[in-house]
Amino acid sequence: MAGPLNENSRVVIVGAGHGGVAVAGRLRQAGYDGKIVLLGDEPGAPYHRPPLSKTLLGESHAQPLKPTSFYTDQRIDLRSGVSVVGIDRRHRNVQTAHHGTIGYDTLVLATGSRSRPLKVPGSDLDGVVELRTATDAERLRGLLRPGTRLVVVGGGYVGLEVAAAVAPHGINATIIEREDRLLARVASRELSAHLEAAHRNSGIGVRCGAEVAAFVPRPDGALAGVQLRDGRRVEADVALVGIGALADDALARDAGLACDDGVLVDEDSRTDDPSIWAVGDATRRLVRGADAAVRLESIPSATEQASIAVAAMLGHDRPATEVPWFWSDQLGHKLQMAGFVHMGEETVVRGDRATDRFALFHLKDGRIVAVEAVNSARDYMAGRKLIRDAVPVDRRRLADTETPLRAVALVA
Amino acid sequence: MPTINFIDADGVVTSAQGASGNTVMDIAVAQNVPGIVAECGGSCSCATCHVHLDPEWAPRVPEPDPEETDLLEFLEGADERSRLSCQLVISDELDGITVHVASN
Ligand SMILES: Cc1cc2nc3c(=O)[nH]c(=O)nc-3n(C[C@H](O)[C@H](O)[C@H](O)COP(=O)(O)OP(=O)(O)OC[C@H]3O[C@@H](n4cnc5c(N)ncnc54)[C@H](O)[C@@H]3O)c2cc1C
Ligand code: FES
Repeated sequence: MAGPLNENSRVVIVGAGHGGVAVAGRLRQAGYDGKIVLLGDEPGAPYHRPPLSKTLLGESHAQPLKPTSFYTDQRIDLRSGVSVVGIDRRHRNVQTAHHGTIGYDTLVLATGSRSRPLKVPGSDLDGVVELRTATDAERLRGLLRPGTRLVVVGGGYVGLEVAAAVAPHGINATIIEREDRLLARVASRELSAHLEAAHRNSGIGVRCGAEVAAFVPRPDGALAGVQLRDGRRVEADVALVGIGALADDALARDAGLACDDGVLVDEDSRTDDPSIWAVGDATRRLVRGADAAVRLESIPSATEQASIAVAAMLGHDRPATEVPWFWSDQLGHKLQMAGFVHMGEETVVRGDRATDRFALFHLKDGRIVAVEAVNSARDYMAGRKLIRDAVPVDRRRLADTETPLRAVALVA
Repeated sequence: MPTINFIDADGVVTSAQGASGNTVMDIAVAQNVPGIVAECGGSCSCATCHVHLDPEWAPRVPEPDPEETDLLEFLEGADERSRLSCQLVISDELDGITVHVASN
């Protein structure tokens, strides 16, 4: 087993996204004084992913995660445009595509996830794109102008955010979802219905229960439209495929690390090789409140894992973990969600849905297991606390906005 | 440029300058101040940029808007001097301000 890190150690991090950068920064905060090499295959400095969809056509879509001075000040050897192609666990080094071999004492895999491909005829047409990286966002921006007909395949958060972001710019967006409702995997029926209505009211087309059979080309090879399995066709100039993400665990699998749709990590965020840690979208782990190991795709989860991994590397106490949470912004709806919606057995609404300011509390055995808040950050924050404390709550008081949230627990 | 002083949970002081228009959170992130995680990048969604204003400075800082107050009310360890540092825009009036990073 690898000894604790010291000033002569070298930590190599593969993947310079939210998780990788958080590990690098956290190592310095925790007092690690050795070398940090941060390898990322994307061009340019690491950036925030959420604005790629939320403000796709705005000024602020490209936001660096840190100023460039951060990497020099913190002595983080950031190497952008470097792709890691293999791990030699015996000799403790990684091979890169064009930049030789780099040795490590401790290796961190923060390779994130990739867009799930839609394997239908025509998916390689020019007008069919995905949205995961800044390069993808630039490409999509370049294809959109007033009057463009955009089909968003997949009614997940990224797809909804893009439709919401482009609609005010005169782009005709239509969302096509295979399930019978939007956000079927991640949100409650009540929230799905509310957001679907909001999108429709903004002129966005929504077709649920519709499966894409093919992307149809025009004679000149450009996109003409989307063919659905039921025979209908939707005309489109551009199609964005946003049908979820797959863990980028190929490096780990090739190196023989335990994986199961995601790199398997323990409570310290360590893989089954004691010198290798993994964080972020690429991992699968047990989390507070979940019934099985899960793969979370969120920035809070990646940064939490970064702190956990660094503490373990340095032999510090394991930090407390949080109830998983996520946020989204679309059409003036500031959404904050915490916990696991699918575990809920009944739903209590607090606030008036007509005002676009309310929270949905999902309960199991009289305790809150999830909260979905729309423009009501206070309910969200209180809900997170109530989920964590797992106290039985009084449904009537919870539903009554006149009763302060401090007074909804059944036990004092 | 105005100077901002951060005192982290371990009592370590970090002083740095920031251009007007940036936020106190931006400066903390640039300086890698422990305790300011700023997961949402300043969109007032995450409350992971929590600071306590120094008592001397508290009366001189503009009041929070309702969005910020809503996030603060049930935040662990929050008190009447709590603020979200991404909502504190740096100006000449704040030159020399001291904030205490919340421990969590
Ligand atoms: C459009 C969009 C909007 C989102 N909005 C939100 C939101 O509002 N809130 C939220 O919490 N989450 C959001 N997410 C999810 C969030 O961005 C991810 O959960 C987060 O980025 C995960 O961090 P990570 O470090 O695991 O992966 P990433 O940030 O994806 O970073 C992984 C990096 O590793 C690189 N890489 C992969 N393999 C290699 C290799 N072999 N060699 C070198 N480099 C490699 C990748 O190119 C990538 O740059 C959003 C995601 C997208 C795409
Ligand atoms: S950075 Fe998220 S609320 Fe301040």
